[in-house]
This record gives sequence, C-alpha cells and structure tokens, in this order.
Amino acid sequence: MAVNAMKATEVTKRVFNKEELFILDVRNTEDYQDWKIEGENFEYLNIPYFELLDGVEGILDKLPTDKDVLVVCAKEGSSIFVAEELSEAGLTVSYLEGGMKAWSEHLEPVKIGDLKNGGEVYQFVRIGKGCLSYMIISNGEAAIIDATRMTDIFTDFADSKGAKITHVFDTHLHADHISGGRKIAEKTNAMYWLPPMDATEVTFKYEPLEGGNVIKIGNTAIGIHALYTPGHTIGSTSFVVDEKYLLSGDILFIDSIGRPDLAGLAEDWVGDLRESLYKRYRELSEDLVVLPAHFMIIEELNEDGSVGKKLGDLFAENHGLNIKNEEEFRRLVTENLPPQPNAYQEIRKTNMGKITPDEEEQREMEIGPNRCAVR
Amino acid sequence: MIQIKTDFVLDAKGLACPMPIVKTKKSMNELEEGQVLEVQATDKGSRADIQAWAKTSGHQYLGTLEEGDVLKHFLRKSSSDEAIERKHPKVATNEELEKMLKTNENFVVLDVRESAEYAFSHISNAISIPLGELDDRIDELNNEDEIFVVCRTGNRSDLAAQRLAEKGFTKVNNVVPGMSGWTGKTININN
Repeated sequence: MAVNAMKATEVTKRVFNKEELFILDVRNTEDYQDWKIEGENFEYLNIPYFELLDGVEGILDKLPTDKDVLVVCAKEGSSIFVAEELSEAGLTVSYLEGGMKAWSEHLEPVKIGDLKNGGEVYQFVRIGKGCLSYMIISNGEAAIIDATRMTDIFTDFADSKGAKITHVFDTHLHADHISGGRKIAEKTNAMYWLPPMDATEVTFKYEPLEGGNVIKIGNTAIGIHALYTPGHTIGSTSFVVDEKYLLSGDILFIDSIGRPDLAGLAEDWVGDLRESLYKRYRELSEDLVVLPAHFMIIEELNEDGSVGKKLGDLFAENHGLNIKNEEEFRRLVTENLPPQPNAYQEIRKTNMGKITPDEEEQREMEIGPNRCAVR
Repeated sequence: MIQIKTDFVLDAKGLACPMPIVKTKKSMNELEEGQVLEVQATDKGSRADIQAWAKTSGHQYLGTLEEGDVLKHFLRKSSSDEAIERKHPKVATNEELEKMLKTNENFVVLDVRESAEYAFSHISNAISIPLGELDDRIDELNNEDEIFVVCRTGNRSDLAAQRLAEKGFTKVNNVVPGMSGWTGKTININN
C-alpha cells in the first residue's frame, strides 16, 4: 500500500468544494484543540503520534475505508512515520506535505471580479490562518493590500500577470500576523503606505495614509479611496476600490466585527469602533462588496472560496452591526473577549520594525488561529 | 549554567519530530525505576510533546531548561513505589509542615527526592539528600534534630524516615503527601 504526499493546495480545493476528507491529526491534543484544518465535510481523529510508536493496530477500526485519510502533524515528520505504519497495516493514506507549517503559510488566490475600466481584483486566502490579502491589477500596475509575510507569492503572481507592483498598503498595524508589505515595497520599489496614527513607533520610512487619499493604479482611473475608520486600532483605514469594493481591514468581517483591545486600549477605542461601523459605514452605498482582512469560520467562505458580501447584507445579518444599545455594544467588544492571538505583542513589534526575528521565529510567532474578531 | 545530576543524558539535538520522542521512549525503557533522564533537543515542538507523552506514559516530567538553542528536558521514570504500604508511625500533613515553617525555626526539612526533582522546585532551606544517597550521607544530619522528611508522594520519605529511625534518630516525621500536593512557597529553578 502506498503513502502519498498531499499538498496544501489540494486540501484547500477540498475545503472550497466542500469535499469529504478524514483527517488523522497526530499532534498533541493541546495543539490540536487550539488550531486545526477546518473543512465543512471533514471528519477528525486526534491521536498524538507518541501514542502510536508501538504500532497503529489500536486505531485501525477508527479509520474509514470509504474516505481518503490524511495524516497531519506539525512539520510532516511524524505524519510520515504514522502514514508508513498505516501503510504497512494495509491502508492507503496520505500525509500533509509540510504539515501545519505549510498549511499556515498556504495562500490561495481567488479572483473577486473585474474593474469597470479594465483590471481585476484578487483575494489571497490564507486558508489555514484566516488572513485575507488583496491585489488590484490595472493596466500593467498592481497594488497590494494587507500582504502576509509569504512575499514571493505576491511578487510571482504580479509577474505572472505582467503587472508591476507600484503601491503596497496595510490597513492597520497588524497584531495577528507579520506583514509582508514593507518587504514587498523594498523589493519592488513600490510605495509603502501606513496609517500614521498606527505608525508612531515604526522604525522605517513610509507614506502616510490619510483618510481622503486617492491613489490611482494603472493609467485608467481606478481609484483607491482611503476612509479613516478607527476602532480595531486608532489608525485603521478602509478602502473603497473602483466604487464597488469596500476593503474593511479588521473593522468589519462577514460574521463578526473587529476587537479593539490588541493594542491595549479597548476602553478608549470602543467609541471609535462604533462611530466607524454605525456612522461612517452607514454613509456608504449598500451595494459595496465588503472584503475583510480576515475570516474566522469556514462558513464565511463563498462557493468559490472567496470571502466577501454586500454591505447591505451585512447590515441585515451581522450581529455586530445591529446592537442598538451603546452600553451593550461596549460590553460585547470589551468583555469576555476571545484569547489574544499568539505572540501578538512580538508580532506588533515586528511590524513596527523594532525586532527582526528570523523566518523560523516568525513562523513560531504566527502559529495558531487569528483572533481578531468578536461576535 | 545550572548543573543537574541525572542518570542518563540523551542527545537528540538536530533531530526532527518524531525522533526525539522515539529516542526518549527507548532510553526510558533502559533506565531503572525512579531514575532521571535528561533529553537534549533542538526541536521546539519537543517541549509540549515530551510533557504530553510523559503524562500518557505515566512518567514524571520535571521541567525544561533552555540553553541557547538547546532544550534540556528532565524526566523521572515512573516507579512502583507508589503502591507500597507506609510504615513510619509519625506522620505530618503538608498543612502542619506549612504552619510550622511560618512559626517555628527549630527543625530541619529533609527532601529525599532525586536532585533533579529538588532543583526544579523545593521548599526553602530544605536539605537535599536523595533516598539512594541517604546511607552514605547520614552524617550530614544531626540525630537530635526534629526532622520533617518530604518526597513527592510520601513513600520515599517513609522509607527514609524508617532508615533514620533505625539509625537512632528519634524526632522524625514523614510528610504526607509531600511535594505533589504542596501549595506553600517553593524555590524554583527558573526564578
């Protein structure tokens, strides 16, 4: 019997297509409970590899014979070990190539739509961690918004589309993942924009991104209108692209809203968050398609794997946009918050340029789910 | 650099998961009950995995020290001494000892666990003499003193208390359960 390597992109396809997969996760139980591969029609069994060192006989009857079985561990070594044991016992199984490390770093580009005067919007779905980045391409030029640290994927993608990256934006100073924005800008000589109110402590040069800024991509008039929407951070800025898309950063998600506490000022920023969501967004067209910087649960994915929904629908369906009472809103976003993202302080320092961890350290810092939202 | 006495050192540096645990398991099989193993590893995931493995396999995880890129994990092999019947007549509870530590200075706490167990956490001013060394080092103690003997669960300390009584010590108390249930102050290796 055989042991096959399954790539993260294949697993992603199964998530998007809602296919079945049986995941045997052999990491320790704590890590598994903290963060795992999510798929609507996936089934799970968690048995740490170190309980299988003497053989897999004890779990054979727990594995299905009519479904594909994928063995998953942190970096792939233990999953290969277990997959080989299962193979010797007569099963055909796969292991996840690169383990959860690869899963955390995999980006799947999904086309969101075309722009009015030519050009396209792409969303990069970081399926394992729930981060969403964007590339806007028009007439040989590209802008990137909220890039992750896997910068080659963005630069290669732009190359494949024959586009030169001219502008790179971060909607805010991220606390849950390490931004690739500065690195991409340095590599491509693009301009790197940051909201100055989030950038008071940064150690590098940047273009101050202010509400009201309009940036053109390509020769055609593709406008990126910056809209100051504080609350998740004091500098948080949204973008209206081509009068059709609202890139909402970490202010508004599909099924939840941003949390104001990751820079330590929850109480101060509640009012800003409410103002952004209940006033500034209310003044926008309900036909805008909201494209957030994160998704939290797999149900937020559309049929094609993209994450986005009309603002009008969110006004109707998103609980966080429908709390009339201000006091109740304050409680929702300041009390009983989910645990803070792993290493979020170090991640913020990295994004400010204050510390420069190596790649392995960056990886460790980002392990686990993002936790930027409250419902 | 802190030196901790162990019975065996396993070098698992540079090995990726699952090998550090595979080798730890193998080394553990070769140790005698109650002995202490030091595992040196560079795989960061080994810290959580070795604790979880120790839990499921019944061994005692003592702790981990970091030295540069190297993680040093300390484990004590499970022993069947947990099941024996205690024989030393004078017994004190953890609470009684804790109370005495606050009010009375005229007594000695003797910790008879392995020195690695002692290193990671012990009662302030406790004297460390592992059970296996007690016969050789009995001269370090004064048989006039009031002595409270502690170990992890009260069994090794029972054996030690019996031994001391045989040697003419008259004021010996076995503390039950000992460090496994200790909620009072301790001295820890990491601070």
